[in-house]
Amino acid sequence: MHELGLVNYVVREVSRIAEENQVRKLHSVTLEFGEVSGIVPSYLHSYWDWYTKKFPLFEGTELICETVPAITWCDDCKKTYPTVEHGKTCPYCGGGSTWLLQGNEMNIKQIEVE
Amino acid sequence: MEPYKIIEVKESIFADNDARAERLRGELKRQGTFLLNLMSSPGSGKTCTLRRTIEALRGELRMGVMEADIDSDVDAAAIAETGIRAIQLHTGGMCHLDADMTAQGLREFGAEDLDLVVLENVGNLVCPAEFDTGSVKNAMILSVPEGHDKPLKYPLIFEVCHALIINKIDVLPYFDFDMDKVREYALRRNPKLEIFPISAKTGEGVDAWCGWLRREVRAWKAE
Repeated sequence: MHELGLVNYVVREVSRIAEENQVRKLHSVTLEFGEVSGIVPSYLHSYWDWYTKKFPLFEGTELICETVPAITWCDDCKKTYPTVEHGKTCPYCGGGSTWLLQGNEMNIKQIEVE
Repeated sequence: MEPYKIIEVKESIFADNDARAERLRGELKRQGTFLLNLMSSPGSGKTCTLRRTIEALRGELRMGVMEADIDSDVDAAAIAETGIRAIQLHTGGMCHLDADMTAQGLREFGAEDLDLVVLENVGNLVCPAEFDTGSVKNAMILSVPEGHDKPLKYPLIFEVCHALIINKIDVLPYFDFDMDKVREYALRRNPKLEIFPISAKTGEGVDAWCGWLRREVRAWKAE
């Protein structure tokens, strides 16, 4: 459900970029998702296959999903640590003044065109 | 064979929506209308809370309600019974409203003469949190039967909200809902969150919630 909305946005945005660049054929679309963005890539692929059928530009276009690791910063001890493993609590000092540096991304990275 | 050309995009999937939302906020500012985006799970008591809110602020603020659902108009009908302007938006299967749908809805609705428009978003704690609707402030309702662990499970919605209403406090004795824990979990996600425990059924706590809303509307119109 959630991923369907995203596919809709990606198609809209990529179509606009393709038009601006007078693209004839769209070979692939690469998306970047943070580890804690809550995206399930397998759902995204299913919706992609179904939804893009309505758009000739996307015929045979490959969807590539890349993952951005989630990294959290601790304000107390000024260190970073992997978010997925330790969550909001710093593994070095046990503090909770922590902020996500990266890992929440939902980006269109690039498109490969002819 | 000519190699494929790569076009670097490097932008958020939400970039377009975020820009549209900013434009809508600008339009709302010019016409002096405060748009509240109200989110929650299905069955948390959004419509019932709104009816209480309307009763409390009636005569003081010119209000309207936009109901968003995948289908049906039962919520808009329940609001229309109170005598204030209501419209039902259908999302056509989508799990959320975006800035464009909100702007279209507002145009249809005719909100120029209103001080406060409440957008009752689709019942869902995940997708609505990701899409900026163009609202001035976001509020959410968490009801007691849903449990106090929700800020841990759905962190984003607690981060994007300015106010958290905890509804159905009249049934607290029957549930293992820990009010201190929910505050702790929610504030850990968002230290600025304002929390209002209420019972839309008995009316308890509604004054404090309406006080916040009244202050926010006045501030938006005066700024």
